[in-house]
Amino acid sequence: MRFAYYPGCSLHSTAVEFDISTRAVAPLLGIELVEIPNWVCCGASPTHQRDSILSYALAVANFNKAELVNEQIGVQCASCYNNLRRALFELHHSDEIKKKVEKVAGLDFGNNVQVFHLLDVFRNQIGLEAIKEKVTHPLKGLNVAAYYGCLLTRPPEAVAFDDPEWPTSMDDILQTCGATMVDWPYKTECCGASLALSRTDVVQKLSHDILKMAKTHGADCIAVACPLCHSNLDLRQKSIEKKFAENLELPIFYYTQLMGLAFGLSGKELGLDKLIVNPWKLLEEKGIGSKKS
Amino acid sequence: MARIGVFVCHCGENIASVVDCERVAKISASLPGVTYATDYKYMCSDPGQDLIKSAIAEHNLNGVVVAACSPHMHETTFRKAAQQAGLNPYLCEMANIREHCSWVHDDHEKATQKAIDLVRIMVEKVRRNHPLEPVRVSVTKRALVIGGGIAGIQAALDMANGGIEVVLVEKEPSIGGHMAQLSETFPTLDCSQCILTPKMVEVAQHPNIKLYTYSEVENVSGFVGNFKVTVRKKARSVNMELCNGCGLCTQKCPSRKIPNEFDRGLSNRSAIYIPFPQAIPNKPVIDRDHCIHFKTGKCGVCEKVCGTKAIDFDQQDELVNEEVGAIVVATGYDLYNISMDQPNDKLEGYGEYGYGKYPDVIDGLQFERLLSATGPTGGKILRPSDGKEPKNVVFISCVGSRHNAKGITYCSKICCTYIAKHGMLYKHKVPDGNAYVFYMDVRTSGKRFDEFWRRAVEEDGLVYLRGRVSKIYEQDGHLIVKGADTLSGVAVEVEADLVVLATAIVPQPNIEKLFQNLGISYDEYNFVTEAHPKLRPVESSTAGIFLAGACHSPKDIPESVAQASAAASKALILLSKPELEREPLVAKVNEATCIGCFYCLRACPAKAITEKEIKNRAGEVLRKVSEVNPSVCTGCGTCVSVCFSNSIDLEGFTDEQIYAEINSVIERMSVIQQ
Ligand SMILES: Cc1cc2nc3c(=O)[nH]c(=O)nc-3n(C[C@H](O)[C@H](O)[C@H](O)COP(=O)(O)OP(=O)(O)OC[C@H]3O[C@@H](n4cnc5c(N)ncnc54)[C@H](O)[C@@H]3O)c2cc1C
Repeated sequence: MRFAYYPGCSLHSTAVEFDISTRAVAPLLGIELVEIPNWVCCGASPTHQRDSILSYALAVANFNKAELVNEQIGVQCASCYNNLRRALFELHHSDEIKKKVEKVAGLDFGNNVQVFHLLDVFRNQIGLEAIKEKVTHPLKGLNVAAYYGCLLTRPPEAVAFDDPEWPTSMDDILQTCGATMVDWPYKTECCGASLALSRTDVVQKLSHDILKMAKTHGADCIAVACPLCHSNLDLRQKSIEKKFAENLELPIFYYTQLMGLAFGLSGKELGLDKLIVNPWKLLEEKGIGSKKS
Repeated sequence: MARIGVFVCHCGENIASVVDCERVAKISASLPGVTYATDYKYMCSDPGQDLIKSAIAEHNLNGVVVAACSPHMHETTFRKAAQQAGLNPYLCEMANIREHCSWVHDDHEKATQKAIDLVRIMVEKVRRNHPLEPVRVSVTKRALVIGGGIAGIQAALDMANGGIEVVLVEKEPSIGGHMAQLSETFPTLDCSQCILTPKMVEVAQHPNIKLYTYSEVENVSGFVGNFKVTVRKKARSVNMELCNGCGLCTQKCPSRKIPNEFDRGLSNRSAIYIPFPQAIPNKPVIDRDHCIHFKTGKCGVCEKVCGTKAIDFDQQDELVNEEVGAIVVATGYDLYNISMDQPNDKLEGYGEYGYGKYPDVIDGLQFERLLSATGPTGGKILRPSDGKEPKNVVFISCVGSRHNAKGITYCSKICCTYIAKHGMLYKHKVPDGNAYVFYMDVRTSGKRFDEFWRRAVEEDGLVYLRGRVSKIYEQDGHLIVKGADTLSGVAVEVEADLVVLATAIVPQPNIEKLFQNLGISYDEYNFVTEAHPKLRPVESSTAGIFLAGACHSPKDIPESVAQASAAASKALILLSKPELEREPLVAKVNEATCIGCFYCLRACPAKAITEKEIKNRAGEVLRKVSEVNPSVCTGCGTCVSVCFSNSIDLEGFTDEQIYAEINSVIERMSVIQQ
């Protein structure tokens, strides 16, 4: 199975461990990821706030580049995924928008590209059976809260591959990898997203609530599929602990890192050293991996 | 020689604002076979019909084309008018220049051209029409009612009181339907049982009603006036003649931990059980899936304690045949399944509400059982998890309904009113409690319903919050209900002790199988479709089959009863006739060319085709051909299209007519191209 891989800006910078672990895990499941040459911004945050047509035009630019590699595009960043899928949706549903966008981009929109989140690919195309076959080091005793955030499944008509309010695909995959999935209510709550820059206090409160909820439901760690969620929960965890005078100590993994551990990959191969909240104490305690190996 | 009259209707503005009717008439007059053509503002009005009648007489017309609305609307009207003028009604046809033309086009020139073409087509058809006589069939003066909820009960009683013998089939062990589960009913708050049970008793005692409970309709064949029905009487394992309903068996049965369906799982029942105290018939049934005797061959306690020897473990399902002239479908509703497992993949569940995970998240009918004096708590409001009295109760409307993302777009209509009722009754029983309602809009339409919900707010102090609930979860022994109050624009969280979900009203599961068996149409949600949304609301798409109650759409009791009485009177009208006339537009076999492959016999959905033997004078069978029973044939034309030897034609729609219709436009087009 071959995908035109669209990493997006985060996976080349703040979320490089998401990129590393994705590239490590995908081939084991028979997925070939070919990075789209010279991809450009997906049209997220500043652009789509400002002008949706410009945002879709950037998407079309990416689609054109992708087509040179493959018509199926695989994405990991929830925000890129959301933007590219929304653009596709609008282009398919409105000729007027399509015309405008093609004019702005100076490019034609060929109707053939498809955009998939790799979580969808793993869950629904590769399937749990095939994932199970690859598990050599089950994540035994690890209590994981799967956190999907807001962008992965909503708005449902444009992006959903799972139940928009009660998604389960990440739970299914990690359970197959041997983890104990925590039944908790905040799977799709908002982490505060990019308010991190303008209203840090809001993000601290929202992210705190998520961390706290996971903890009180017995989670040892959280799995995510979005770089922004990750940075709010991981990078800001220390300041949140300080602000709320609480000890949370919840490692925040990309779901591909946990898959990789179950497939027997080393911490290095999965970029575990990039995480801010140190995961090793937990992993060693559960006998899942050690920093030295 | 054809002498056809063409009558072009303006339909007020409906046609004339787009189509140049005068021109259509003028050009029609020059078509081959047309003797006379004119236009008029309302052809269906009295003067319009007179115009047709006098033209028939004056010009000695032998065919009529009315260019107007859909034949669904006025074919009967114009055929009657033609008949009154002495013409065979089947020589009158309609060209639909409204729905098929003026309503869907706005280019006046092109629409006018199209209207002329539509007339041209019909003229070619009428040139080849010949007089037909209606098919006459006898009527069986009995009726079948399927479903013994309040709608079915009402329809059965009305027809029985009208002197017709009624067969009432109910799939559960007792009649009563959902109304039997309700506590008190809006808007008057009278006790549901008190107004329902007398009617149930009347059904049981009525000399004209034959009641089959714990039974299902297995097969239906035949047609209006003459249906043949097979009913499966499921084995009850109790001999109804011998049983005196003392109930000792139900008390002694050792298998007692079975979720009680009537209390919607809020209490348990035994394996041999009477569904509820006022059940009709008030005799028990053995639930074989849970009975120890049926599972292990042991036990048999009920058999031992029964003084009348009524327990019959060997009883078998029984098939009985009934003949009826009319059928009323009253199979009612079910509640939308809130869990993630949905009966069809168009629907999504509400995993985020934790129904089934948290015992104190319940649905509306479960709350009815908590309110009911005969319910599991004897009418006290005690929550399922720990039996404590809840002090904060949240009611959520539109769970499933009006929610595109979850797969149901329609409004369930009755919930807004029953939520107001629930909150009100709760406050009457727990005066120091708080009742919150999350709503989208309050839609309490119905006589005195709006006053009713205002009373809930103004007198009983229900707190209404306008917004949806995003999730429900448990924290420190409370249910946290997270939602939005869109009027004040804030996110709200309510700490609740009990949450009641007003889940969407949906049809009975798998009910489409019955509807297919009956040959009636239903919509994408499996609600039965009425023959006309305004003018024929209680008739199904199939003649002789009527509908009543919530199987048609979400309905409250007053509406269900009104519809049931309407369906009953429609059925009575039908059955009051000595014989019925059917459209003669049926298939006809040319025996000379039929090769007897009987492909048509297999294709016929109405089962109207049989094999006929052609014999010589000596009585020897020479060959077999197909024969159509005109009183069963529905005129669908399937047989015509599958006939290899081109030996079947449909009266009124012969191949000759259809090819002539097509050719008339092709010829005109080739003229344009040249
Ligand atoms: C929580 C709640 C509260 C309500 N409160 C009120 C109120 O206060 N006032 C009010 O006016 N209305 C109220 N209603 C609405 C009321 O329940 C309905 O209007 C009424 O029950 C509809 O009657 P019905 O006969 O059409 O359907 P049902 O009551 O559903 O009866 C249908 C019957 O058909 C049977 N059946 C189904 N399929 C078959 C089959 N294939 N063969 C044979 N039998 C079959 C069923 O077993 C059932 O007995 C409430 C509804 C709910 C959910």
